[in-house]
Amino acid sequence: MTTVLRLARPYLGRLVGAGLLAAGTEIAGVALMATATWLLMTAAGQPPISALTVAIVSVRALAIGRGVLRYTERLTGHDAVLRILTDVRARVFATLATSRRAARSGDALSRVVSDVDSVQDLLLRVLVPGAAAAAVSVLAVGGAALVSPAAATALAVGLLVAGIGLPAAATALTRRTAERVAPLRGALANDAVDLTHGAADLAAYGATGAALDAARRRAGELARLERRLATAGWAVDGVGVLVSGATAGAVAAVALAAGVDGVLVGVLAVGTLAAVETCLALVAAARQLTELRAPLARVTSLLEPASPAPASSPVDISDITVRYRPDGPPALDGVGVELPPGRRLGVVGPSGAGKSTLLAALAEWGGSPREVGGLLAEAHVFHATVRENLLLGRPDGTDDDLAAACAVAGLLDWVREQPDGWDTVVGEDGGQLSGGQRQRLALARAVLLDPAVLLLDEPTEGLDPAAADAVLAGVLGAARGAVVLVTHRLRGLEGVDEVIVLDAGRVAARGTHAELVEAPGWYRDQWLAQEAAERGYLVARP
Amino acid sequence: MRRRPFDPRLLRRVPATRRQFAALGFLGVAAAVVVIAQATTLAALLAGAAGGRLDRAALAGFVAAVAARAGVVWAQGVVAARAAATVKAALRGELLTAVGQRGPQWVAGQRAGEIATLAGRGLDALDAYFTGYLPQLVLGVTVPVAVLGRMVLADWSSALIVAVTLPLIPIFGALLGWHTEAATKRQWRRLSMLGGHFLDMVSGLPTLRAFGREKAQVDVVRRMADEHRVATMRTLRIAFLSGMVLELVATLSVALVAVPIGLRLLAGGVALQTALLVLLLAPEAYLPLRAAGARFHASMEGLTALDAALSLSTVEAPRRTGVVPGPVREIRLESVTVEYERTVALRDVSLTIRAGERVAIIGPSGAGKSTLLGLLLGFVQPTAGRVLVDGVDLATLDLDAWRQRLAWVPQRAHLFAASLADNIRLGAPGASGEAVRMAVKAAALDEVVEALPDGLETVLGERGHGLSSGQRQRVALARAFVRDAPILLLDEPTARLDGGSEAAVLDATRRLVAGRTALMVAHRPALLAEADRVIRVTDGRVVSLAGTAA
Repeated sequence: MTTVLRLARPYLGRLVGAGLLAAGTEIAGVALMATATWLLMTAAGQPPISALTVAIVSVRALAIGRGVLRYTERLTGHDAVLRILTDVRARVFATLATSRRAARSGDALSRVVSDVDSVQDLLLRVLVPGAAAAAVSVLAVGGAALVSPAAATALAVGLLVAGIGLPAAATALTRRTAERVAPLRGALANDAVDLTHGAADLAAYGATGAALDAARRRAGELARLERRLATAGWAVDGVGVLVSGATAGAVAAVALAAGVDGVLVGVLAVGTLAAVETCLALVAAARQLTELRAPLARVTSLLEPASPAPASSPVDISDITVRYRPDGPPALDGVGVELPPGRRLGVVGPSGAGKSTLLAALAEWGGSPREVGGLLAEAHVFHATVRENLLLGRPDGTDDDLAAACAVAGLLDWVREQPDGWDTVVGEDGGQLSGGQRQRLALARAVLLDPAVLLLDEPTEGLDPAAADAVLAGVLGAARGAVVLVTHRLRGLEGVDEVIVLDAGRVAARGTHAELVEAPGWYRDQWLAQEAAERGYLVARP
Repeated sequence: MRRRPFDPRLLRRVPATRRQFAALGFLGVAAAVVVIAQATTLAALLAGAAGGRLDRAALAGFVAAVAARAGVVWAQGVVAARAAATVKAALRGELLTAVGQRGPQWVAGQRAGEIATLAGRGLDALDAYFTGYLPQLVLGVTVPVAVLGRMVLADWSSALIVAVTLPLIPIFGALLGWHTEAATKRQWRRLSMLGGHFLDMVSGLPTLRAFGREKAQVDVVRRMADEHRVATMRTLRIAFLSGMVLELVATLSVALVAVPIGLRLLAGGVALQTALLVLLLAPEAYLPLRAAGARFHASMEGLTALDAALSLSTVEAPRRTGVVPGPVREIRLESVTVEYERTVALRDVSLTIRAGERVAIIGPSGAGKSTLLGLLLGFVQPTAGRVLVDGVDLATLDLDAWRQRLAWVPQRAHLFAASLADNIRLGAPGASGEAVRMAVKAAALDEVVEALPDGLETVLGERGHGLSSGQRQRVALARAFVRDAPILLLDEPTARLDGGSEAAVLDATRRLVAGRTALMVAHRPALLAEADRVIRVTDGRVVSLAGTAA
């Protein structure tokens, strides 16, 4: 939380302004009721009307002022918070971009985005009401003390209970509820996933009924727990009402006993009700803060300056060994490659064999994407134009360069058909494109990058076989440097210089396509199977 | 999107809530009564104070009224929270039951994710609606009516002011809400694109890094976030206007009531206690409506989830009672055509499978191989033609009884968030530990089990997290072994296996199909060798190829 506040420092003026306006709004509310009460009680003594003029004007002014103040406060507050949020986003992004915490999954990354939004809630729904309540309390107690110190003491006690005691109770209860409810909710979410995503397995094995009963039992259990916990949770709100009334009654009684003028007693009592109400808003703020704690902690950890990436030993591509954990099994174990210019290297193997790990190691060896780079796993297509997506690799690329790259990837005709051409927006994660177009766009981007060693991770995934063969041949023909091609589809490897078959991080076999097909093993089985599936007839059994 | 504040379908679908809603209504009336009592006693207390004396009866009444109000607030919260819990449990049950009734074909794909989210965390958004919005809505009816009634008795001219200004709250609320919505809609595309930009950049970080652009994008992120701020502020300036107008209506009404009655006090035309009562009551009339309005937005998510849940109707599947006595001798497809929404999966397919036959199915992906298995499982119904089991139409068979005879190894088996042993005995919950261990060995899973911290009792995470796809495939095979069914349906059982375990799984599959009727979708030559004959599916049509082992 302090880190967030430190980030807020440049905007402290605006933030304090918002807090003051919020306090002003609340004070206007308290003053409106107090002045109106004074007006009525004084009028009852039938003084000359001139004695009431100020009060009449004040009541009207406060009535209008409160609405205007609230509007200004909300605008100022949101403006300050959005400015802070801009900074937070930039800082978090910078941290993510520079740190080596690259292994985050897509889910974790999108959680970062919603975590960052929690900063907004912290400032607007917790800090601003907190500041307003504090200001109102100080002024109310100060004002009351001028009339009657005894009454001021009673008011202070009420405000403390409403503004600190009850929020603390709410925090404890919310936390306890979360601790008991959260695991049950998580289990129920698992049940829901199992019943929907596992619907076919359950049906086929006649287990739907039992799973359904278990889920319904869990939902019932959760409902029983929620019902029970509500009793305690809502007691805080009930006590809040009680505190405001009891404080008002006590203030009136104490003031009367102290011989305070009757009119002022009325003003004190009504003002007390309104002031305690302001502090009770902190109960909701406390509940909010409890829920914000975890996301705020995650954001804070991303706001710290990124620790520099540990100096990794230079990669020797004649003997690559990679471990994800120091004591874990190697993901790659002594894999050696040679990549002179013009070399075409194929990498195949079952999933999990280390193919993508090999590409990552080669990218690290190259140092910069212009040296070694291309189409890596989980290529993201940005919600921007075709041009912006393509230029990622080469910001200075001309339209001719774009056209050449798209021609190789087989995307050019489609781009030409679009009314907006290169400026066609591709939608969220390429949502406006078909799967094939999306893949071709990612491939064209890699071709445009034109590095010394072009890495291609499943470049033709999602393309139909004929198109895949044509595109792959085009890319292999167009690349000026070396190419490392990871693929599950073996067709197209006939022309590469060497194929490495990886299995569990080791080189299981290597050689040309012709050599590998001759020898018994994974490659040959796979080749025969794929040919059988594609051509639809059976090649003689081995 | 506009939603009605209350969905009447709820009362019909979850009858248990009727009593809770009745209780909320009753508490709403009680709340109105205590509001009046509190204002009345406080006015008496203050009128007494004006004369310099402490009206003990009024003070006691005031404290009692406040205590009663506290009780009502507590009871309202508790009842509303209980109603929320009841509704959520009932709707969750209904949603998941609907999935069970409509079958796997209906729930497949995107819908599975939607329903899982809805039944899981989606419905929890109803808490805000039930505890925040709904009670205020009830108070928004009962309190203004009671306040107006009391004011008419005390001072009809003040009552008139409140009666005239009160409707302005919902009217202005609706008008401004409508205008704000239009304004926001005009901005929406831009706002959502700018707002989504950060998410887009963060999700695309690995790609940015792959192109060495991650540092260059920091400034872009800042610039876009700033543009987002400017655009958001433009919308907020209009959006907050509605809040201000509503607040002004409420506070100005207090001024409109207080000033004239103060002047009449001056003239001696009204008693102080009456004037104070009117002043204290006036703001109470506006409060619930404004509170409801302020919370409507927060409860929208809950209302949307509620609508989605109520719109998914449950269908009672017709009871099928047909059974095939004794061992199945023959399964026959008679000119079966299966059409999906956009594609035809199978066209006029006729095929006979006799008991003990092992049939391999080959063909390119998407040709209809899995649909063929889905037909036999009863997941897919023929659009035309029939599937006959010993001459009885599968459509009339009791599916649970029929599936007792099947074991299925799908392409991607779902692993449940339960222990590995429970996952394996999915189709035979009564299977002994010995039977499970035998299946583990037969499916070449024993090494995997040994490596797990609690062996067979290890609880798998969500969707079987923690096992590789090859290991999951072997769990599916173990399931089939435990099931010990006469008819096997295998959908590429050796796909996605790592090289080391492939041979073991092939051996396991060989043992599994021995002596049973089997339909195997297969690619690998090694598995094809087990088949008595091979059929090829291309573009929805089936061609028999010469038997390889016959």
